[in-house]
Amino acid sequence: MIPVRDTRSDVLDSRLVSPRGTAPKLERRPRALLALEDGAFFEGRSFGRLGETAGEVVFNTALCGYQEVLTDPSYQGQIVTMTYPHIGNYGVNREDVESTRPQVATRALTRHLRTHGAKRGVISALTENRDELVDRARASRSMTGLDLAREVTCDKPYRVEAIEGGDGDARSRLGGRTFHVVAYDFGIKRNILRMLSAAGCDITVVPATTSAGEALALEPDGIFLSNGPGDPEPCVYAIEAARELILAKPTFGICLGHQIMGLACGGRTFKLKFGHRGANHPVKNLATGGVAITSQNHGFAVLPELFDDPDLELTHVNLNDGTVEGFRHRGLPAFSVQYHPEASPGPHDSHYLFTQFLKLMDSGEPPRTLPRAHAAGVPPGL
Amino acid sequence: MPGASTYNGDEFEAVVARGLDLSPVHEILVEESVLGWKEYELEVMRDHADNFVVICSIENFDPMGIHTGDSVTVAPAQTLTDREYQAMRNAARRVIREVGVETGGSNIQFAVDPKSGRMVVIEMNPRVSRSSALASKATGFPIAKIAALLAIGYSLDEIKNDITRVTPASFEPAIDYVVVKIPRWAFEKFREANPSLGTQMKSVGEVMAIGRTFKEALQKGLRGLEIGASGFSRDDLDDGRIQEMLLTPDPDRIFYVKRALDLGWPQEKIHQMTGIDPWFLDQMQQIVELEKTIGPGVDRETLREAKRMGFSDARIATLTGVSEAEARVRRQREGILPVYKRVDTCAAEFESHTPYLYSTYEQESEALPTERRKVMILGSGPNRIGQGIEFDYCCCHGSFAFQEEGYETIMVNCNPETVSTDYDTSDRLYFEPLTFEDVMNIVELERPEGVVIQFGGQTPLKLALPLHRAGVRILGTSPDAIDLAEDRKRFSALLSALDIPQPRSGTAASLGEAKEVAARIGYPVLVRPSYVLGGRAMAIVYDEAHLEGYVREAVSASPEHPVLVDCFLEDAYEVDVDALGDGDRVVIGGIMEHIEEAGIHSGDSSAVLPPYKIAPRHLDTIRDMTRRLGLALKVRGLMNVQFAIRGDTVYVLEVNPRASRTVPFVSKATGVPLAKVAARIMAGRTLQEQGMTEDLGVSRFFIKTPVFPFMKFPGSDILLGPEMKSTGEVMGISEDFGIAFAKAQAAAGNMVPTEGTAFISVNDYDKGGVLPHARALHEIGFQIIATRGTAEFLNAQGVPAELVFKVNEGRPNVVDRIKSRGIHLIINTPLGRESFYDDGAIRTNAILHGVLCVTTLTAAAATVQAIRALRKHAVTVSTLQEIHQPAERVEPLAAAPV
Repeated sequence: MIPVRDTRSDVLDSRLVSPRGTAPKLERRPRALLALEDGAFFEGRSFGRLGETAGEVVFNTALCGYQEVLTDPSYQGQIVTMTYPHIGNYGVNREDVESTRPQVATRALTRHLRTHGAKRGVISALTENRDELVDRARASRSMTGLDLAREVTCDKPYRVEAIEGGDGDARSRLGGRTFHVVAYDFGIKRNILRMLSAAGCDITVVPATTSAGEALALEPDGIFLSNGPGDPEPCVYAIEAARELILAKPTFGICLGHQIMGLACGGRTFKLKFGHRGANHPVKNLATGGVAITSQNHGFAVLPELFDDPDLELTHVNLNDGTVEGFRHRGLPAFSVQYHPEASPGPHDSHYLFTQFLKLMDSGEPPRTLPRAHAAGVPPGL
Repeated sequence: MPGASTYNGDEFEAVVARGLDLSPVHEILVEESVLGWKEYELEVMRDHADNFVVICSIENFDPMGIHTGDSVTVAPAQTLTDREYQAMRNAARRVIREVGVETGGSNIQFAVDPKSGRMVVIEMNPRVSRSSALASKATGFPIAKIAALLAIGYSLDEIKNDITRVTPASFEPAIDYVVVKIPRWAFEKFREANPSLGTQMKSVGEVMAIGRTFKEALQKGLRGLEIGASGFSRDDLDDGRIQEMLLTPDPDRIFYVKRALDLGWPQEKIHQMTGIDPWFLDQMQQIVELEKTIGPGVDRETLREAKRMGFSDARIATLTGVSEAEARVRRQREGILPVYKRVDTCAAEFESHTPYLYSTYEQESEALPTERRKVMILGSGPNRIGQGIEFDYCCCHGSFAFQEEGYETIMVNCNPETVSTDYDTSDRLYFEPLTFEDVMNIVELERPEGVVIQFGGQTPLKLALPLHRAGVRILGTSPDAIDLAEDRKRFSALLSALDIPQPRSGTAASLGEAKEVAARIGYPVLVRPSYVLGGRAMAIVYDEAHLEGYVREAVSASPEHPVLVDCFLEDAYEVDVDALGDGDRVVIGGIMEHIEEAGIHSGDSSAVLPPYKIAPRHLDTIRDMTRRLGLALKVRGLMNVQFAIRGDTVYVLEVNPRASRTVPFVSKATGVPLAKVAARIMAGRTLQEQGMTEDLGVSRFFIKTPVFPFMKFPGSDILLGPEMKSTGEVMGISEDFGIAFAKAQAAAGNMVPTEGTAFISVNDYDKGGVLPHARALHEIGFQIIATRGTAEFLNAQGVPAELVFKVNEGRPNVVDRIKSRGIHLIINTPLGRESFYDDGAIRTNAILHGVLCVTTLTAAAATVQAIRALRKHAVTVSTLQEIHQPAERVEPLAAAPV
């Protein structure tokens, strides 16, 4: 029997406790040091728990939604710097969100990462020995080749039930039908589950290593491949499963799930210099020409050589750097996007993709075929 | 249309009655009050492909109930969760779609109930607005420019972001700093007006500040206001009024919030009284707490933290008991120096190609000064009465001219409403307060060849001497010459030496001295504090009793400076001259004759170019005196001289060796950009090299007319005087004086009537003077109505005038007649005399009902001329380009005075 989890209880309260009076006095804040593998240092002050942690240092440019960012499993193995300087303005709804977040010259750090690329780093409020910290940064594990999905996936399957009469996008529910979705958990964000259930899906969340056979045995109407941290290439188990699943059922992938789908379709992925993390990335839908402002969090991307295969079609492009943001299979009911249509944090411009997934499950057919000309929209220079 | 909030039935009735009275269609809107709710604005854009982006979110520090133009506002929104923010974003998208803004920007305002979280849309402006200008400066995303491109068919993704050059405009700016806008008010100009803030906007300008935290930005903004506050603090508060000031907001409320925090009032109590969000109060509390640790012997760490929180050197000096200079030296010795960060639309994700900078106290500076030849131009700070966009015009033109001369230009200003603070006006933009500390920090970083202080009005002029003493080269007229012109004693001696007549005057440091001086000069006298612009606190005083009352007020208006007492030249004509000097030569740009008599501030007078009623010999005298003054002061750049002509004597009232308010007017009338010429002089080019050896002429009549904000200040009298009250101006052009005057009046919102009923009410002194105008109006066909004294006089002189009641004499009275649209022109001259309740009511109603109301005889004469011209000629238009075709520049025909 698969246990049911009520995601509604996880919903962030819209009005939160004010952080008034919670800021500790400055003079009591201990010093902290961030050391990068390239020998760069950023001094700051630590608050919360004194500690030390290592990870890949990345930046996120979203203006609000710090709690959602800082609790997102896709940041597993990373140290996130929020570029917006005021954090904690509206409090948090639970107290256990993070341990240490030093105040450092975040803009200088961002400029460093922008110029030199994402770097491994160590943050410590325990020692000020710089050489030691750099050594530790260099010794810390590299993102490339690292299978982090295994670290954040669920231990065993659980179910999330459709919300009857759910609001918002649930209105797009087709004919009141309830779909059964098997969602692969590579580090799934709760808001994805909330959106699927609000749209009328009963969801069975399964561990990342679930085989295609096990998933299909659950008799789903569709397969969802979730977001998650790290490099997609080592997730061989998931890539193999996806290869079978897209032949069998309507499939929708987001973020790491999209990269896994790209790999399953014969493509390759590469590591971006400093990644895309923020809530303001413009993504063009090549079918409609429309531009959505999207929430993003990824350090790897699918190489456009994937579209040498005439069965695959580029559907979404990032307008800042021309990277692949979405594709679909022409002959199969499968599509995926690199960005986060569920937002949280971020704009709700792309909620339509959930409806598209529902339509695929409803008809079992691929989405309307697009003229080939659109695929020529792949920007050069990648 | 003004709004009002009411709390009870009685108030409601009064407000409804006033609203119905004011409404042209006799309708009012009654809405649920969202008083005290949190207020937000989203600046959004949409293109023809239905792409939608939010450029900026803005949160009002002051809750609903205070007009957003009168609120301190903060960008981005500080106290919204992502969930709340996205709900607002979604609503904004639905609104802009539904309203049907196919392309362009909109401003959408929201109120959020802090208790329930309920969100309502309160307003939508389908156009660029004051807030979109702010949002553009706050983010570096040029909304109006992009809107223009969208209007001609581009979509957002087809437009490149100027700042990153590689990313498209179809994105939402990410910012990694905090922007605070603070309004600037001018209640000192409208003493009768109620200074409390509500749903009717009353501010006249604003300052914007950028910092890495709210605390830093708030303190930078407050010192940028130029109201005597060196940050989040004022020394002149009355602790007994804290409660009242928290409950009834006025411009000083934020300082009373500080005072309450100082005294340990709980944040919760202040929150309940003000509705200000606890987050903001907590931030301010942090400033207060740090401030308490700053005293003599403060340690380096605290000092550094204070600078990070935006404390100015001046404030730290006060707290530690040293001079500002000493505080600065100490700070620099400790190595606590500002760095400059870029406003780049993307939180540093991409490289920025535009040096749009703000200061903060961190480690890494992104300023990257160049090795080019460079000049720094100081802007004019927040708009206020007496110092508005005219000076910004000069700063921009100055910058363009220096660029044309091959210089890199560096602009320093803190006014988001200006062109000078566009990131592409100058080569480099520092969005910083115009204080000695902030300017000097930039000078030390950039090391410009010189600093230009003559374009930005009084704000940079006040910095001339301190910068000069700090070893900074001031371009153009020397600081000593500026001081010579500003210092009454030195200036008076200069005029005596040049044998140029001046009104008798004296300087008084106390009431006793003021009485003495006034008695020596003889009443009436013009009194004012020294070093002011816009006639701040200036008054004409007719006797000793009035003088006493004034001096008490004026001393509080400007404590460091004494009071100036001048002989008031009654019945004189005033003339303004803008001229250019290069040290060896002076060229006159324009001689402007004021239409109103002396006694009305030059900024509030209509002025005509060329002069239309001045004898040629007086014009020669004016030219001669201007030249001699310009050479004596070694003016390099612009100068403005004010003259008064009484009888056969030409007096010099004052000389300002800087750009004046009329430079744009003269530049547009003559077709010669005076500020550019001045900049080239400062760059080393003589007037001769620029082909400027002759005084400039004009080919038509150009009339400048002020625009007043009286409508916004119920209760204030529109009576003009030596204190400037106008907030803008318009220009009318025609070959015919009367038509030019009528056009200017129309542009200012006062249609000159060509028929109907004229109401005349003048004081005894003016009765003889008004007679020819009354007769002319009668001959034209106007029906004349007048109050008792005036009617009797006119009838006795053979001009038929019907009697109309004063307000207290019965009904229908004159105000009833105005309201029922039975009066089309009002001539009402109370200048310099006791004014009665009637006068105020008449003028106020004239404004409310759009009836042209002239308050001086000379303006009456001009109006009669305008009526005659309108009845005779059709109004024609031509472009400035047509007017300034080279062949056309000839002297206009001599005017035909009435």
